[in-house]
Amino acid sequence: MPLNIGCTARPGRGRDNKTGSWRVFYPIFTDEKCTGCEICILLCPEGCIEKEGEKRYVPDLNYCKGCGLCAEECPGEAITMEKEEK
Amino acid sequence: MVDKSIEHFECGHRACGGCGAATAVRMILKGAGENVIVVSPTGCLEVFSTPYPETAWKVPWIHSLFENAAAVASGIEASLKRQGRSEKVLVIGGDGATVDIGMLCLSGAFERNHNITYICYDNEAYMNTGIQRSGATPFDASTSTSPAGSCSMGNKHSKKDVPAILAAHGSPYVATASLSYPADLMKKVETAVNTPGATYIQIHTPCCTGWGFDGDQTVAVGKLAIETGLWVNYEMVNGVVRKAKKVKRKPVEEYLSVQKRFRHLFKPKKNEEEIAKIQAIADANAAKFGIDI
Amino acid sequence: MKEIIEGSYAVAEAVRLCRPQVISAYPITPQTHIVEALASMVADCKLDAEYICVESEFSALSACIGASTAGSRTYSATTSQGLALMYEVCFNAAGMRLPIVMTIANRAMSAPLSIWNDQQDSISLRDSGWIQLYAEDNQEALDLHLLAYRICEDHEILLPAFVCFDGFILSHTYEPVDMPSQEEVDAYLPAFNPYQRLDAKDPISFGMYATPDYYMEFRYENQRAMLRTKKKIIEYGTLFKEQFGRDYSGLIEGYKLEDAEIALVAMGSICGTVKDAIDEMRNDGIKVGLLKIRCFRPFPEEEIAAALAHVRTVAILDKNVSLGSKGAVGLEIKDALYGSSIAVYDYILGLGGRDIRKKDIRAITKLAEQGSGDMFYGLREELL
Repeated sequence: MPLNIGCTARPGRGRDNKTGSWRVFYPIFTDEKCTGCEICILLCPEGCIEKEGEKRYVPDLNYCKGCGLCAEECPGEAITMEKEEK
Repeated sequence: MVDKSIEHFECGHRACGGCGAATAVRMILKGAGENVIVVSPTGCLEVFSTPYPETAWKVPWIHSLFENAAAVASGIEASLKRQGRSEKVLVIGGDGATVDIGMLCLSGAFERNHNITYICYDNEAYMNTGIQRSGATPFDASTSTSPAGSCSMGNKHSKKDVPAILAAHGSPYVATASLSYPADLMKKVETAVNTPGATYIQIHTPCCTGWGFDGDQTVAVGKLAIETGLWVNYEMVNGVVRKAKKVKRKPVEEYLSVQKRFRHLFKPKKNEEEIAKIQAIADANAAKFGIDI
Repeated sequence: MKEIIEGSYAVAEAVRLCRPQVISAYPITPQTHIVEALASMVADCKLDAEYICVESEFSALSACIGASTAGSRTYSATTSQGLALMYEVCFNAAGMRLPIVMTIANRAMSAPLSIWNDQQDSISLRDSGWIQLYAEDNQEALDLHLLAYRICEDHEILLPAFVCFDGFILSHTYEPVDMPSQEEVDAYLPAFNPYQRLDAKDPISFGMYATPDYYMEFRYENQRAMLRTKKKIIEYGTLFKEQFGRDYSGLIEGYKLEDAEIALVAMGSICGTVKDAIDEMRNDGIKVGLLKIRCFRPFPEEEIAAALAHVRTVAILDKNVSLGSKGAVGLEIKDALYGSSIAVYDYILGLGGRDIRKKDIRAITKLAEQGSGDMFYGLREELL
């Protein structure tokens, strides 16, 4: 594909890079403990946590790097980090 | 009203897991609203977000050089004014690019009072190139160019007070913030972006890789910085401090001991003398801003 | 309209006629009259532009980058130390493919400090990816700005350009010029139509970084754009002739060159002196001619080789020196003539404003005839 003049790009291709492969730990969300505060969404450096329903939040494991910030900061202690089985 | 649903920064960027800057940028963009143009200098943010042809930015964005973001922003603002366009011009850059090599352009842009908002994500060193000391590196922090050693306690100098410098330039709104207090951060960004003239926010952005702590501690470390008084969240309107976050202060040790960059103050032996110097800095901050509850 | 005007003011008027939206410039001798004149025009509402009084030349060109990417035709001017301070910004602007036009009022480089003319400053940036055009007189100085914008903004080019004219010699000299009208310039130079721009309605990331997998191809694209510039100079130079009656279709120009045995090669205001000297030498029966280089980047290699193919001796007048080697123009001419049996000599002269007179040109012609060259000409031996 020919280059974009001046080394530029429109949005979109950033998602090509699936950073989920970096992970050593992954987050498990327990919906029953969730308070719906959405701090996890706000704090995630990737922005990969999505709301799927009332008090139901799901990390996009294609991108989740397993940093554990969501688990650490969740006020309801609704998120735990588990080691990936590889 | 801040629109928290805004997501202008895509997944797939190459920041470290737990990166404070990435978190801060997502919050900044929520606070800034739609209709922005972002300028970034060279640094972690620019590098992890735009390896050709992948870009994480869903807003118009430009990177030119390391030290000229404020000048580029000045030119964009002038052009938009000429064209009668309403996009807000936002610089998001690191401390190295801002407080050191970027001071010339920063001073000029603020002296001329361009209608821009300059946001510095302060991770207190030149992180992208391997954790070298900047003018924002705190006293006694060990970096690769101010390492602790048998003849050194780390960085010999205090943080450059850029908010005060820019307030002295006549900036109508200058603030400090922290990613550990997202609502406050986003509100300040919203205020800065909607205040006419050159406005500035310096955001404390803990760096797990550079400061030496696990990625899940980013917010906790940021909180400790504020709770010990080594970082103060405040707002200055037309040069006068209007609001500073009050805390029930903890001793600085609680903040220093959780970061590898201050490990030399505790190992092989606790260095009471040096820690006392840092405590004095926190005490001075507390007195200056009146943060003690 | 014919008028007698100082070079700097002619340039300022030409820039005004080009309708820049954003001007960002820092004063430096001998360019100051340009930026002062433009400021005056803005202050009197004769020029509808944003004028940014930047805090340094570095910031001046950086602001131009911002303004250009945001979608404005933009302008700056500098020289010598200011241009050197802009060094990395120049590479940046060219790499980002921004059609910025900048006047260079050529001046010597410090140290030692000198405010007087030579061409070291712009020539030192020959690698930067900027188009470089050199004016012989104030008419060319003003005309080349129109030509430069027209070429640079062409979507097949998208490169920045230096319009160079010798500091003090041209900038501060009054000459008669034919100043075009606004209608004429508008007919030649349409409104700026950016190829891409910063726009919230169509977000683009500018200035991304390129890994080794991509960088070389970006540089090659710049090279290709540079080479395409030659065609565009011919195209828009011919258009200029049709509209204004002055022909800028040549990257080079010959003066009494067709039957010359000795060719002098020069760039800039020195060409005027050389032409007068040639007329005198021709009267003495010396078959000498001038190859004037108007476009130094892209370098008109084939055109030069063709124009000089028939001569016996070439004497290059270099108002610069690549210290440790030779004059920069000389080296490139030698490269263009590689393989021929022409005797090629390089003369470094006029540095730091050292005056060049017709007798110096005659002396150099003689030195070349005698096979003596590749030297600094006109040194004051008593100082050495």
